[in-house]
Amino acid sequence: MADQPLIFARDLVKRFGDFTAVDGIDLEVAPGEAFGFLGPNGAGKSSTMRMIGCVSVPTSGELRILGMDPVRDGTAIRARLGVCPQLDNLDPDLTVRENLTTYARYFGLSRSESHRRADELLEFVRLSDRAKGKVEPLSGGMKRRLTIARALVNEPDLVLLDEPTTGLDPQARHLLWERLFRLKQRGTTLVLTTHYMDEAEQLCDRLVVMDGGKIIAEGSPRSLIETYSTAEVVELRFPDGLDFNADYAAKLAGVGERIDPLPDRVLVYADDGDAALAEVHRRGLTPSTVLVRRSTLEDVFLQLTGRTLVD
Amino acid sequence: MLTTFVASPARAVGRVSPGRVGAVINRNVGALRSGPSYWVVLLSGFFEPVLYLLSIGVGVGALVGDITVGGRSMSYAAFVAPAMLAVSAMTGVLAETTFNFFHKFKYAKTFEAVLATPVRPIELAVGELVWAVVRGAVYTAAFLVVMVAMGLTTPGGALAAFPASVLVGLAFGAVGMAISTLMRGWQDFDLMSVGQFALFLFSGTFSPVQDYPLVMEVLIQVTPLYHAVELVRGLCLGVVGLGSLGHAAYLAAMVVGGLWLASRRLTRMLCV
Repeated sequence: MADQPLIFARDLVKRFGDFTAVDGIDLEVAPGEAFGFLGPNGAGKSSTMRMIGCVSVPTSGELRILGMDPVRDGTAIRARLGVCPQLDNLDPDLTVRENLTTYARYFGLSRSESHRRADELLEFVRLSDRAKGKVEPLSGGMKRRLTIARALVNEPDLVLLDEPTTGLDPQARHLLWERLFRLKQRGTTLVLTTHYMDEAEQLCDRLVVMDGGKIIAEGSPRSLIETYSTAEVVELRFPDGLDFNADYAAKLAGVGERIDPLPDRVLVYADDGDAALAEVHRRGLTPSTVLVRRSTLEDVFLQLTGRTLVD
Repeated sequence: MLTTFVASPARAVGRVSPGRVGAVINRNVGALRSGPSYWVVLLSGFFEPVLYLLSIGVGVGALVGDITVGGRSMSYAAFVAPAMLAVSAMTGVLAETTFNFFHKFKYAKTFEAVLATPVRPIELAVGELVWAVVRGAVYTAAFLVVMVAMGLTTPGGALAAFPASVLVGLAFGAVGMAISTLMRGWQDFDLMSVGQFALFLFSGTFSPVQDYPLVMEVLIQVTPLYHAVELVRGLCLGVVGLGSLGHAAYLAAMVVGGLWLASRRLTRMLCV
């Protein structure tokens, strides 16, 4: 059991009519791992998550969750999952605390046990002072934290988080990351989807990049960057760049390992960003702004698909 | 088709966990307790049939005088009252399994959250139905007290009619829930209200169905409220026969069919 993957998928496919949302993916997630699905909207991340959550039946392929068959043993599997959906579906008719106690009852927990866990979890997500209030007045970040608390009420072996920080302001995001990091340290297995590179880098031990229903790359954030990018990236913006970035890219040929002209800026991939920038200046080019930064998963996605990750 | 119809409810119902059904009911009790406006809705559901009974049963009854149905003579109010009981059992439960159910299903996304837990669609449907029937039973019990107080039935008749009104609630609740899963939007509820009102007027509620032309009589006998009214009226008046069993069987079929369709539709729409 210890060596058995919590999630195992072979050639997993999900079709909706003519549309193929998930197009034959292979997966293995080990206990204790923090695993991420990274990709733009429509890449097939949420469809995959719903199949893992046993609320969506695979069209074909093999899928085992916690060593069980999601179609036959859905109830038993869901009993050990914690699910935080993409859109908050908290119960507006109930108070903050009741949202947790009511949910705990669906897992067969006793009244007293659900009260104990609700109080503990409200403490964990820092919502104790809102316990008796309704859900509606809570901020987006608070609702998200409550949804995560709700996903933890059955002490799950596997927590599924579908875009946990989409739509949150930076402060709320960082608080959420910190809470999720704590969960990870306790040994809880996390599976999350995101289209934020920084989120994947912050939280994931290992991730797959999805595009068009397929997995196009897999590895640790570090190894993906090493394979598909360079250590550093120089971002150059030119005053007339909107029309002439392609021309600037041609003039930059040979600087760094690779040049990528985007609509609004030109990216120069190089292991030594400062050296590359010196070469830019030596060639007499005068960008209006310059940024030398570490390479991110955004760059990996760009290299893999030729597109940026922005919505 | 028939075999799948018979086999799948048996398979699906076979594994229903009472604990999880109870958890679904528990959610509605919590919602009732935290929403003060809910009690207002509950109260209005009780007054509607009482007002009909007073205005038509007693008011119009004074003009009509006693009527004779199946060789028995009775006051018009005594004829109308059991029908109002059946109607009240229907409307009380329908309010819960249509409007409230649809809101939780389509807008609040309550059911999506519930189905991510071990709770299965059939358990969700059964829990929602039982809750609706509990709510409806409060109306009918109160109405039966009014009937006994007005001398429109005996305490024995009321005791016999109460479980029958619960069956009526289960039947309409289950079918209403199935209809809710087919609704495209709130506009469709207007259509349902029209249907409900037609049933209310013509199901032998205000006049014996034998008084209608034969074609209409047969048509009425196919619709559900007729069977509810006949079953409840027989019990209130102490006239029970094989016919009552037939009416009960019709209602029982509505319970099974409605639950089966509702849980199937929930699965299809939420578990894709």
